[in-house]
Amino acid sequence: MIRLDNLTKVFDTPKGAVVAADHINMEVPEGEICILIGPSGCGKTSTLKMINRIIKPTAGKVFINGDDTTGLDTQTLRRNIGYVIQQIGLFPNMTIEENITIVPKLLGWDKAKYKARAREMMAMIALEPDAFLKRFPSELSGGQQQRIGVARALAADPPVMLMDEPFGAIDPINRAVIQDEFLKMQQELNKTIMFVSHDIDEAIKMGDRIAVFREGKLVQYSTPDDLLGAPKNAFVESFLGEDRALKRLNLVKVREIVTNEIGTVMPSDTLETAMAKIDDYGYQNAILMVNERKQPAGIIDRSVARTTKGYCRDHFQAVPAVIGLDDDLRKAASLMFAHGQTWLPCVNEEGTVCGQITQRAMTSHLGARYRARQGDDRKPSAAIKE
Amino acid sequence: MELFLYALDNAGLLLTRTIEHIALVGVAVGIATLTGVPIGIAITKNERVAQGVLYMASIIVTIPSIALFGIMIPVLSLIGHGIGYVPAVIAVLLYSQLPIIRNTYTAINNVNPALREAARGIGMSPNQRLRLVEIPLAVPVIMAGVRTAVVLNIGVMAIAAYIGAGGLGTFISRGISQSDPRQLIVGAIAVSLLAIIVDYSLLYLQKRLTPRGMSREAAAS
Repeated sequence: MIRLDNLTKVFDTPKGAVVAADHINMEVPEGEICILIGPSGCGKTSTLKMINRIIKPTAGKVFINGDDTTGLDTQTLRRNIGYVIQQIGLFPNMTIEENITIVPKLLGWDKAKYKARAREMMAMIALEPDAFLKRFPSELSGGQQQRIGVARALAADPPVMLMDEPFGAIDPINRAVIQDEFLKMQQELNKTIMFVSHDIDEAIKMGDRIAVFREGKLVQYSTPDDLLGAPKNAFVESFLGEDRALKRLNLVKVREIVTNEIGTVMPSDTLETAMAKIDDYGYQNAILMVNERKQPAGIIDRSVARTTKGYCRDHFQAVPAVIGLDDDLRKAASLMFAHGQTWLPCVNEEGTVCGQITQRAMTSHLGARYRARQGDDRKPSAAIKE
Repeated sequence: MELFLYALDNAGLLLTRTIEHIALVGVAVGIATLTGVPIGIAITKNERVAQGVLYMASIIVTIPSIALFGIMIPVLSLIGHGIGYVPAVIAVLLYSQLPIIRNTYTAINNVNPALREAARGIGMSPNQRLRLVEIPLAVPVIMAGVRTAVVLNIGVMAIAAYIGAGGLGTFISRGISQSDPRQLIVGAIAVSLLAIIVDYSLLYLQKRLTPRGMSREAAAS
């Protein structure tokens, strides 16, 4: 847990006092990643660096796991906080092993323990210990170096980590890979992390919470979904971008807006029955056919059902696409666009049909928050139209 | 041929003088390194002090060596060492300060700020940062300063023969006073060769002292 209490930084510059961080109050619960974001000079980095006193606070307090850190000796404080910076900052005169074990050494671990720890860390970041431990940072690629940077920060198993644009200098492809690896690691490690980013997409992907800064003030602090769904003011809105409703697609799972009600037919049903069900449920185009295990087997087109006689098993078409309950809406939207569908059957883990998701439901879910705030007359400019 | 024979006839003396010369420069630059490196590190803490110290060191280098010896004769006579070994070592010690202090100061100041921040951020004390990061990274540049000091002062030390410090300069001074070009030229060539050989030896040492992880970077730049 990290708690900031009225944390303030005033820089004295030749042009007068500049307030870099103005009475910042926030709390990051244990095991969560909090992303600090905002335009340059907004105070996000100053706020982060005041936590480990790379920048000395003018006023205010930092609590870690409930304890006030004000009285702690600076070196002790820093050794118990993992720190990762954009420039990585591996020591070029030291081997990878020496870099990783530096904090355990400073903390006085014995040799066997920190050597074992180095190997453990390498396994965690998926680099072969024997191939890398004796090498020097200059022999590694940027992505590998930043993995080592993360390993160094985690080596002494600090409860809290500070990361200053850690993946900013890595090319986009490797960045996505490292982000995913890091999220996977975090699921096991459960560290409390503060993370500065200037990339809203990274923030939405990595953050359990996002703190938006502007001119030294914390403007909004909420979960990514709340941030995108209910930006507090015009600044946050513009910062999130015009396509913020689309960004939410990543955050919402199919499970959240699936309707359990779905009309289906069996292969043994007649097309007459199918036509009746299509009318019953008010489907415009087609109805889903399932087999006896309730797995999607095909679709019966409305026009076929209306004009033809016979059994469903002889007149179905292939199911264009199905979606899982734990997929996100982005995938759902993509499948709908790709196959020209306005609805998709949803399947559970066993592959049996458990409902459907429609474009209308997605639009209304994404739009609900905006309309609640802005009134119904607002054009859903960024939402998907059916 | 005549020169060669002269050198051969006096090989013993040439060797003695060379060893003398190396010892003089070695002792002086050795002491200069022990004082210059700490001074160079200390002045990184304060920009104004640094400028003052570097300015003074530069002024010292502008004093002609022969004048410096002249100034020291009356001063050091007070302790009975107006001429000879002591003023020679002191002069070289003073001349060595500039390259050693300046290179140390520059090298420590030029340590990548990101490394500095990383070292602070992981909780190294100021002394640990110096010992584990800043000095190892500065070693190649500090060594380059020591090399400059040594080569510069092998020349200066040749003049110290005039105040009776010994060394290869004695061949040159005698050659002039006795109008003997053989001594003069053998002395001059010996001083030059010594400077070149010592420079290369120190370059080798510098490479050996450069942290292994950095030698690739150094080679690339």
